[in-house]
Formats: sequence, C-alpha cells, structure tokens
Amino acid sequence: MKKLRRGIAGRISGFVRDWSLPRQFAGQSVMSEAAKSTLSKTLRPRLEEADAVGTSICPFCAVGCSQLIYAKNGKPIHIEGDPRSPVNQGTLCPKGAATLGALLSPERINTVLYRAPHSDTWERKPLDWAMERIAQLVKKTRDDTFVEKLPSGKRVNHTLGIGSLGGATMDNEENYLIKKLFGGGLGIVNIENQARI
Amino acid sequence: MGTSFGRGAGTTALWDLANADCLIVMGSNMAENHPVAFRFLLEAKQRGATLIHVDPRFTRTSALCDIYAPIRSGTDIAFLGGIIRHVLENDLWFRDFALAYTNIADIIEEGYEDAEEKDGIFSGFNAAQANYETGTWQYKGKKVPSSIAEHHAESRESTRDSGSMSDGPPPKDPTLQHPNCVYQILRRHFARYTPEMVERITGCPKETFMKVAEALARNSGPERTGTFCYAVGWTHHTVGVQIIRACSILQGLLGNIGRPGGGIQALRGHSSIQGSTDIPTLYNMLPTYLPQPDAFKSHDTFQDYLKEETPATGWWHNFPKYMVSLLKAWYGPGARPDNDWGYDFLPKLTGDHSQLPMTLAMADGVVKGQFIFGQNPAVGAVNSELVEHGLAKLDWLVVRDFAMVETADFWQKGRRVQKGETTPAQIGTEVFFLPAAMPGEKDGSFTNTSRLVQWHDKVLEAAGDNRSDLWFVYHLGKRLKQLYAGSTARRDAALLALTWDYPERGERREPDPEAVLREINGYTVADGKQIEKYQELKDDGSTACGGWMYCGVYPKEGHNQARSRIPDGPDGPGSHMNWAFAWPSNRRTLYNRASADPQGRPWSERKKMIWWDEGQGKWTGTDVPDFIPTKRPDMRPDWSKHPKGMDALGGDDPFIMEADGKCQLFVPTGLRDGPLPTHYEPVESPVRNILYGQQHNPTAKLWPRPGNEFNEPEDPRFPYVFTTFRLTELHCGGIPTRVAPHTAELQPEAFVEIPTELARELGIRHLDWTVLSTRRGEIEVKAMVTNRLRPFVIDGRTIYQIGMPWVFGWDGYARGAPANALLSIYGDANTSIHTTKALTCNLRPGRLGPPGRMSHAGA
Repeated sequence: MKKLRRGIAGRISGFVRDWSLPRQFAGQSVMSEAAKSTLSKTLRPRLEEADAVGTSICPFCAVGCSQLIYAKNGKPIHIEGDPRSPVNQGTLCPKGAATLGALLSPERINTVLYRAPHSDTWERKPLDWAMERIAQLVKKTRDDTFVEKLPSGKRVNHTLGIGSLGGATMDNEENYLIKKLFGGGLGIVNIENQARI
Repeated sequence: MGTSFGRGAGTTALWDLANADCLIVMGSNMAENHPVAFRFLLEAKQRGATLIHVDPRFTRTSALCDIYAPIRSGTDIAFLGGIIRHVLENDLWFRDFALAYTNIADIIEEGYEDAEEKDGIFSGFNAAQANYETGTWQYKGKKVPSSIAEHHAESRESTRDSGSMSDGPPPKDPTLQHPNCVYQILRRHFARYTPEMVERITGCPKETFMKVAEALARNSGPERTGTFCYAVGWTHHTVGVQIIRACSILQGLLGNIGRPGGGIQALRGHSSIQGSTDIPTLYNMLPTYLPQPDAFKSHDTFQDYLKEETPATGWWHNFPKYMVSLLKAWYGPGARPDNDWGYDFLPKLTGDHSQLPMTLAMADGVVKGQFIFGQNPAVGAVNSELVEHGLAKLDWLVVRDFAMVETADFWQKGRRVQKGETTPAQIGTEVFFLPAAMPGEKDGSFTNTSRLVQWHDKVLEAAGDNRSDLWFVYHLGKRLKQLYAGSTARRDAALLALTWDYPERGERREPDPEAVLREINGYTVADGKQIEKYQELKDDGSTACGGWMYCGVYPKEGHNQARSRIPDGPDGPGSHMNWAFAWPSNRRTLYNRASADPQGRPWSERKKMIWWDEGQGKWTGTDVPDFIPTKRPDMRPDWSKHPKGMDALGGDDPFIMEADGKCQLFVPTGLRDGPLPTHYEPVESPVRNILYGQQHNPTAKLWPRPGNEFNEPEDPRFPYVFTTFRLTELHCGGIPTRVAPHTAELQPEAFVEIPTELARELGIRHLDWTVLSTRRGEIEVKAMVTNRLRPFVIDGRTIYQIGMPWVFGWDGYARGAPANALLSIYGDANTSIHTTKALTCNLRPGRLGPPGRMSHAGA
C-alpha cells in the first residue's frame, strides 16, 4: 500500500475528498459509492489470494450448511457459507463461522501420542508403529474373546471383548467401513454412535 | 416415527418448514441450536404462520415465537395428550385424511386392555421381565409385523406374520362406533388429559395450553398445515419414543404428514447423525435398517432369518433382495448360494449392546479394547465418573480426534484422578491418541437431518499424522487381513472373505471414498455397473449393494449425485431436486402420496405436491412420488389371490413401509412400552404420577448398581428438577469448538441457570459458586440467576427447575465441570437412549472441599 499524503493542506484535502457525508447528501448510496475512500480503493478481498476453493459441509450440527473453503499454498485462509445452498443460502451460525478457527486451532495435535500402561506421560510414536500395535492388540483381544457358540449350541460368531463408539461426526463412507470391518469382518457387536444419545 | 409412519427419519426438507401455517418447536431450542434451520420458521412467520415454543426454559426460540408455553421437564406426553383429547372431543381432526390414511377405524383384539383400565399398564404385561406380550394389541384376527428393524430388534418377540395380512384387509368400522376401534380406544385413553389435568401435571397454565391446541387445530386441514420440530429434548427421556409417538398421532389425526409444510422434523445434533443411523455404526442394524441377526430370535439359518424378518405385505416384502445384495457387497465371491450368501459370517446379538450397557461392560471388564471415533464419553455420556471407571479398566483404548479430549487423557486429568481416588500408576489402560483429519481435509458425504446426502470436497491436505477415519479403518483392515492370512479357522473366514480392495490415492495411500459410496449405492456383480435404483436389486446374487436405501446416490459411473449443486431458481418449484440427493430415490417429502386425496387430487390448490395424472397414467408433481409411480389411486388389492408385498396395498395407502399402508395411530407391534403414549413421571421426579398408580415407564431400562443409584421419587434430599442443555457456540461434548478461539471466548466456562426465586430462597447471587449434587456425585459451578426459568406450580406445590449446559470438561480453552457427572445410566424402553432432560438434584451455595474441587473449575 502506498504511503498516504502528508502535510496539513494535503490532510485537509484528503479528508474532504474521503468524507462520506456530503456524498450521501448528494444522493449516493452509503452501501456503495459513498462508502468508498482513497484507502478502500487499495483494499482487496483476501479471497483473491486463494489458489483453491472447494465445497464443504459444516462439521457441526445436522442442518447440513454448505461452506466454501478457500486455501492458499495448502493452508485454509477463509471459510464462508455457500450462497448457492438452499439450506443455508450463504449464512452460517457462530459454530459454522468458527470452522476456520477449529481447522487452524493451535491445540490440534499433529502426531500420534501413546500412553503406556501405568505411565504418567504421553510419548510421541510413529503412525506406522501405532497402526501395527493396534492391529496386534485387536487380533489378540479378538482371539481371546471370540465366541463361536453359546453353551446352548447356538452359533453366535461374535466377540464382546472389543467396542467401538462414534460415527455421527463422520462420513457415511467411514461409518460403512467401520460396520463392515468391525461387524462383518471381525464379529464385533458393540458398535455404537451418538445417534442413540 | 418409525413405528407410526414406517421410517425413522424427519419427513420433510428443511426449506419446506417455510410452507407451514403453524410451527411448534418442542423438545428443542431451535433458534440457538439449529439457528440456520430456524430461519425457515421466521420466513413462515413473515408469511403469517403462528410460531409456538413449548419448553421448560424461556430461550431465544421462545422470544421469537408468538406463543411460549412453559412445561416442567418430562411432561411432554401429558401436554401432547391434552391436545389429542382436545382435537378428538371437539371434532377438530381432519376426518377425510385420517379415515383414509390412518388406522383410526381398525378394530383391535377383544382382549386389549388400556392403561386407563389398569392404572397405567397395558394388557400383556409381564412384571418379572418388565416387558409386554403384544398379542392383545393386534388388529382383530391379524398379526401385524413391525415396519422397522430399529425398533423390533430390541423385542424378543417374533414379528413373523404367517400371512394373516395377506388374507384380507384388517377389520374396520368406518362409522367409528365399535368400542374396540382405534378411535374409541384413543378417546378413552386420553379422556382424562383435560386442560385442567395438563396444568396440574405440566405446570403450564391451561389458558396458554388452550392457545397452543387451538392454534394447531386451526392451522390444519385441506388448506393449511402444521409442523413439529423436535430435538433431544424429546428423545432423552425413558419415554422418548412415546413422546414422538404422541406427536405422530396428532399429526396423523390433523393430516399434517406427507404434505407441504406438514410433517415432523427431527433436528439432529451431529453433521451425519442421520447418516450414521442409516449406514449404522449401531449394534442392532445392518446398513439401511436391516436387522442384525440375533441369537435369541429365530435367526439360526438364513432361511429362518428371512422367514422371520420378511413381512408378507408392504414394501419390506422386498427384504430378501436387500439382504442378499448386502452380503454380496461385503463378501463378494465368498457369498455363494451354497453358504447362504455368507450369512454365518455375521455376528449375532445376545442382548442390548448399545452404549449404556457397553459402558457397564467396560467397568465390568467384559469389553477389553475400545475404539472411540470423534466422540467424547468422558464429557458427553451420562454418569461420567462411571465412564472413567470403565475406561480405566480397559486393556487398550484408541481415541481419534482433532485435539486432546477428556476421553483420551482421563488417566492424567480425569475427575477420579483429580479427586485422588486413583493415580495414573494404578491405571493400566494402553492409550493411543490418533489425530484425525477434519472435513475440508478429507472428502466424503454427510447425511443431514432431512435425509439430504451432501458430499464435501477435500480442499487441503491435513498436516502431520492427521488422517481421515476412512484411512484408519481401511489400513487397519488391511493389516488385520495380513495378520490372519492363511488361517483356516471358521471364525476367521469372514474377515478373509471381506471385500476390501478400494483404490488408493497419493503418497498417503488414502482410499477413495467415492469407491466406497459406489459400493453403498450398489452395482451389478457381473459387470460392475452402477445400478440406478433399488427396484433393480435381486435376491439371486446378481446384484451387490451396501445400503439399499441409498441407491441412486451414485447411479452412473462418474455421477456422484451427492455432489450435485444446482438449486432451483426463484421461480421454483423449490424442491431443489438437483441439490444433492435425498434418500430414498431423491424423495424430498416422505409419504407424499398423502398430499393428494384418496382419489389422487390435491387436497387444495394451496397445498398441492403430488397428484395422479390420468392422461399420463402416473403420479406427478413437484417431488418424486414416495409411491409406486403408476399405481392408480382406485387400485384395490385382489384379496382372493392372497396378495404379497405392494400388491397388498391399495392406491390410497401412502405409508408403504407399513404392512397395511396406513399411518399407525395405534401401534400393534414394534414398541416395548405400549401401543399408545401414556404419561409417566421421569424415573427421578419430585412428584407422584397424578394420572396413574404406575409412577414411571414400567419397561424403562434400569441398571441400578453401586455408583449408578437413582434418586427416589419425592426424595426430599433432591427437591429440584434438573435438566441439561447445549449452547449455540459450543458443539456437544466434542472438542473442536472448545479449541476454536472464537467460540471458546464466547462461552468461556460452565454455569448453572437458576430461577431468581430459588436463588433468593437459597441466598445465591449471580456468579456465586454453587454445589450441585445427586446420588452419583457432586460438582461445583458458578450460578447464573435469571428470570428465564420460572417456578412451576405442580398440583398446588411450587417446584423449581434448574438447568446446566453439559458441554464442558477439563480440556480446551473453555472449561468447567461436566454436568454429566450428576447423571445416571438408564435408558428409554425402546432405544436405550439415556435421560438427560428430566431428573432431580440438590443445590446449595458454596464450594466443594479441596479433594472435590476441580482445578479446571477456575479460581
């Protein structure tokens, strides 16, 4: 932005030029022409800097407001309601409007944390290590607790030793794979989400 | 709603709320918790609609409504029952609609005895097992199968219909004089729900109640429609399902279902809570409402299972096609005719495996390993200290979330650790925190509260180890398949047969969510071609489909309808058929056949939606017909042929998922706690049930045990009604809004809302510390003294109600005591949903002693 004028005379003439009231009295709209100033002409919307935009759906309640996510160099720079959506017509509530704050929150943790039994601290672990350890634990617990038949002889083919909670904040595709792998593959029946609470 | 209409989902599109002439928000603080959807109510108000809020708290929703009716928490059935009585006794119901489209004229078995005759209990009650045998609730001479797996999975009773529904229409008395016809039963059942009784039970002045009843009745009929909007203020009770049933009866009587501006809108709390019910991460259902096999039902073989679960009449007669197609999608070539399509691979239920008993199973050491995906039971689940106790008993725990949550660090910062009851060294749980990608960082689809399946794009790559849950489950599955590779054990065959070959993308080997959606949509096995509609599904193994109700969401290669983004212009018609996809078959308003009269003509020009076009020989209009498109309105079943499936429903039977095509004002099968809603007091209540000797729902699921005790009715130690609620700025127990700086700053800490009169009585000033207690525990929290909560006069006694937001914990920027530490574990009779809206507690000024004082509670 170039430096604005100096000196008393320059300041006065600048003030007179940018003063909105006379232009409003002359009939210009305060929403457009009369709102302009020397400074405002130099301002650009930050959306112009975005190099990517995509349609998202608000991650909070179930109204399903559409959002436009603008990004620059792989970082989100702005999120707003999608004006095309018949659900929200461009609006967002306080939570939806704060989605950018959640995405960029300094509290987000970008590494796997691991707490060994009886330990009093978290330690960082590689993702690959954690995935393998979890797979091993699932296999062990499943093998230890799997029931093919009840004492009555009824076939049940299930394990009550593993549970899964959650899903209402997640995609349909993710819920589908959880139910398919945990229920259809591993025989887990304790599968629940927030829909019941 | 499932039992009343056939599907457990909100019946209209959100934007259709603007077409209503009367809107009742009850069991919801819609303006604060679903603010963007509430705009449609304000739009309706501008067009002249009457807005009504019925709620224990005066909130921003109340402020924007024309009528505010205060009621004591947990008395919704008394209030709605009062309106039903008003409508019946004054002949205000929509006779042409209800006679044609509901079971109001059906005759019930002679042995039926009503709660009115048995002091709050229906015939068939087994006191030892606390459940009902439903034989006397049936249509005379018939056995009516339930419409929906969600409800009958919980019942141990056979829902099998040996074909009685195919033999002829259920006996009816169109004159409504038969003493056992539904109309007469309804009149007797609600006879004592007078305005005076409503006032005595709910505390709502009878003049206010009458204004509500009259406004709703006035705005219902051929020319006008009304809609109810509810949320967890209705479901979080031991009678949650029956509250919604009461509303369904009312809307059926008034003709407010399947019509523009007429319906019931369930306002759900999470972005895909509807989706996670449809494509369920729920124990008792397979995708899109197919029942999970159950060891204690006649489900031993696939033939038994199909025989048990396939009704003779109605749309669900197609059940075997959907089931075989699901097994084909899951097990591919491993699903063959000679192994019953892999039916034995599916695990069977042996009880209630929902969240509340799962919590107890953790505490009892039955559940040893636990996954948590974007849920936070240490804050969001009732009796949170018992939850912590359960988490501490686990061998291992995997938590996936965006930021640190209370459920993951309970061993370090939990209430039990802070109170000195335990130490990290005593807790043996192996805990994994895996960071999760957020929408925007992953693509996939959410299903909103009105069944709209909307795709969201991936715009950026998540940082570090953040991954989508799809990535996590897919790669965990791949590793497990490797670990079990080569096993010949019968128990491992399911995992090895599971189809698990989704295309991977990029360096992170992210599975393609569109490939998963294509499988949910369904395809023909021979050539892998997408199928366009579920009418193409077969039971011979030639089609595979992961969720039959979602057929059409991905109808052709390269056509993801959930991603479609073309709204209607200002010239209408306003059903926005090209904006995303609504299940089933892109129908925006469920049961919309009811928007036309029995002859197929719109009830009125003002309220037209679907009508019969004689020239074209099909149903037409502004929505996709929720009906057989070419079935004539005057078509009648040919009973001489024992018709099956849709052939047994006539052209004037709009509720095609029900075995008789009618809206069930009276529910013969599918409910555990009675065919009609009945006022019971909450399990914890400061008063006795005025209407019946039976105090609370006799079939409520109670799990009393040390650490999970209940406050007795009228217990003088716990004199106040307590309710929990949510805040606009903070989303549920989820951490994302408590770590987002803007929202955390707007609602920085926990508080309890107290009526001015009670505060004065107890000597509590605004912002003073207070202690809240129940038999489960104590918390300390600051007081917010307001006039928004008013004292209730219940049967002559003054009863105070207090309320507290439950969204706080010890992590994130916005902190405070978790209200759920006060609550206990007991559930709705049908759904096992917990009670958070109506219980009792004590309140005193002051603070807890140092051991109980939580560091997160501030200075």
